[in-house]
Order: sequence, then C-alpha cells, then structure tokens
Amino acid sequence: MNVPESLRYTSEHEWVRAEGADGVVGITDFAQASLGDVVFVELPTVGALLEQGQTFGVVESNKAVSDLYAPVSGEVVAVNEALGERPELVNEDPYGEGWLLRVRMTDAAQTTGLLDADSYGRHVESEQGT
Amino acid sequence: MPLAYGGPTEEHRAVRTRCGLFDVSHMGELEIAGTGARAFCQRLTTNDVDRLAVGDAQYTLLCNERGGIIDDLILYRLAPDRYLAIVNAAHTAVVSEWMTRQGAQGARVGDVSEAWALLAVQGPRGPAVAARCVGVDPTQRGFTITEQNAWGARVLASRTGYTGEDGFEILVPAQQAVAAWNDLLAGVAEEGGLPAGLAARDTLRLEAALPLCGTDMGTETTPWEAGLGWVVSLEAGGDFVGRERLVAQRREGVARRLVCLELLEDAGVPRHGFGVRHDGVMVGRVTSGTKSPTLGRFIALASVERACTMPGTDVTIDVRGRSVPARVVPRPFYRRAETGRDG
Repeated sequence: MNVPESLRYTSEHEWVRAEGADGVVGITDFAQASLGDVVFVELPTVGALLEQGQTFGVVESNKAVSDLYAPVSGEVVAVNEALGERPELVNEDPYGEGWLLRVRMTDAAQTTGLLDADSYGRHVESEQGT
Repeated sequence: MPLAYGGPTEEHRAVRTRCGLFDVSHMGELEIAGTGARAFCQRLTTNDVDRLAVGDAQYTLLCNERGGIIDDLILYRLAPDRYLAIVNAAHTAVVSEWMTRQGAQGARVGDVSEAWALLAVQGPRGPAVAARCVGVDPTQRGFTITEQNAWGARVLASRTGYTGEDGFEILVPAQQAVAAWNDLLAGVAEEGGLPAGLAARDTLRLEAALPLCGTDMGTETTPWEAGLGWVVSLEAGGDFVGRERLVAQRREGVARRLVCLELLEDAGVPRHGFGVRHDGVMVGRVTSGTKSPTLGRFIALASVERACTMPGTDVTIDVRGRSVPARVVPRPFYRRAETGRDG
C-alpha cells in the first residue's frame, strides 16, 4: 500500500496535498484498491463550497458506492474533468492523474488536524484487522 | 470464490477475448437416480426432459405451484436413469428439500455437492484449454456433457457456462480439485487468459442478460415474467408443478417483465431496487445493474410493467435522487460472434 509522506489524510481515506492556498484532493491507494475498478465519480461543480467532514460526491465501482468526505473547507476551483471519460484513472494513479478536485482552502491550518502518513497507515491496519 | 484475483475489468476482458478460469465449486449438485428419475424430473421442471438423450444438458426451471421460480438449473442426463442438476449454491438445500417433498416415486435425490469441484473455463480460447488439459473433443456440441479422464480421475466436461462465451464447465472430484485448478490455470495462462472472480462473473452474465436467481427473479416471478418462456414446455412433457398457473398467466398476459435497460448518460451504477419511471410514473424496479466493460455504458436488468417492455421505450431510473434517462434495449446486451457450433 502506497502512503506518500507528503500528504495529509482523513480516516475516510481521502488525501489532501497543500499547494499554497489550494488543497488538491483525492482518494488513497488503499481506498481505490478496496473499491476495485472505479466506474463512476460524481463531483461538485466549480464554485461549490465544501465544508470539512461533509460529503461532496461519490466514487463508485461495480461492487460498491462510497461517499467522499471533504478533508478541508473551501471553494472548489477545479475538478478533474478527465474522470468523466476515464474514471479508472483513480485506480491507476490515485495520487496523480486520479486526483478529484482542487479547493481554495478557507483555513489552510485545517490540514494540520488531519492524519499524517504514519497515523493513516496505522488507521488502515486497524481497519483491516477488524 | 474471491471477488477478483486482480482487476475485475481486466478479468472480464480476458474472458471476452481469450479465456478465464472460474472456481464455481460453491454451486450445488443434486443427483436424481432410479427408474422413476425421468418422470420425476419431468414433473418438477418446466422444460421437456424427454428431449434429453444420455449426455445431453438442458437449462430449465423449478417452479412452485404458483409458477414462481424456486431456482434455475442445468439438468444433465448422465445415464438412462440418472440425472444431475446443477443449482445455485444458496438454493441447494431448499431445492433438495423441495424435490424430496414432492415425493419421488422410484427416484432418489442426493446432494452430492461436497463430492464435486466445478471449474469453468470460459472464452473463445476456453475449448482449446479444455482440449489440452481435459482431453475433450473441441467439436463437442453445446449443452452436452462427456466423461473424460484427467488428473488421475474421472471428470465430467460440459459445454455450458454463465458468461455468454463459449467454454466448458468441468466437474472434478473434490480430491483432485487443486491439481485440476493448477493445471487449468497454466493452460489458461498459455492462452493469454486469467483466473476470474465473482465480480467478472457478474458483469459477464449481465452483459449476456442471464438472470441471477434470487436477484433478478425468485418465487414471486414466473418464467414469463423473467423472459424465460423459452424454457417452458407446455405442449410436450405433460404436467409439471406450476403448469396450471403458467397456462393461465399466458392466457391473461403478464403484468410485468424483465427487460434490458441502457443508461443514456453516465450517472453511476443502477443498483438492485432503484425505481424505474415512465413519464414520471413508477413502472418498475432495477433488479441488477453494472458498468458494462464491453459496451462502456451502464446497463441494468429491470422488472417493468408490460406497457414499457418494448425496445426503444424511454424511461428514467432514480439514481440516488437523480432522474437518469435510460432506454429499453433488445435482450441481450452482448452476444458473441457465431461460431457455427450448436448451443
């Protein structure tokens, strides 16, 4: 399982990468592997306001549909349009081409309250153990 | 059987283009034997058992008195007085009990599920794998079963499947299951195929519009409603359980029927229970759905009111609060290219 050191994570398996005032959001390698082949991603439109901890869309495989939770609050400034045609990018490159959206964060400090790579890795292990 | 060995979509494509190996040993096997076996099978199933010569197989249904489908099965005639029924895993006990309760005269019903493993090698290259590993004649007709010697045991090779592809389903004594799996896996790999799991099995059978008993149909569904009228033989074969109701329903016409739906926009997987509307009015429910790897579109089987069963009918599906346009399309979604072989 790939858990990049440079990212912050939610316990619901989203990641966020701070880029200045923006946060780029996606789902983790563990999440994509658990779902299986992703066949559909539903995302908000540009301009939508996200609130940390609230659902903002779904990611779906034939096996299951899974809600997406905002890791940070802010305004959506870009969504990954490529996922409409190629939702499988989430499986192939969850931390790169499979990104979901870019948020102009209301409070960049929110990221510090999220899990770091170590904590997230332990969280996944504990979930797998149950 | 795992959901997948690798990626389900990749496994699906391997079966459509080359071959895949499925371990479907969870399926139930019931043996019906005795001088009364033929008459017993005829009385219990909707298809015409008299059409089966030794070595033939038949897709058929087991109905209750109301014509509701208890299970669908493949019935094999192994010997003049010996039949084998392959039934859905979850229904094995129910079917066995039902059969016994019908009072077989001169026939014994035995659950032999534990004795057999069932391995399916499916796809255009499936017969080549079965020929090399099992010794089948690749010209063996569809819906026939032959006895072969492989892996030091007597095995049964049936040219049937549940994927919409050519291929064989091979009954192997449980003791030889691991050796058979390993050998077939090597054979499949040589042909560029993959082991395939339950997820691929589901997308494959859905593209072929093969209903899953317990999901797309059940005791509240008649064969007419399931679109399986072709396995009901009212003319030949005399009486069978449920016949009276089925005759009446054919006269009256069905109120609803299983149809194939294609979503006209990508809006997520249409799942079991999602509502189907016509002009805003609820006319039915999705029974199963998926993203079709072959078509690249979302597809569903749905039970809808008779007025909405014609291909070309526009409907909408309630997908998580959204009303998504869909259309009734001809059944099945996918049909493999003809090879000239029967079945």
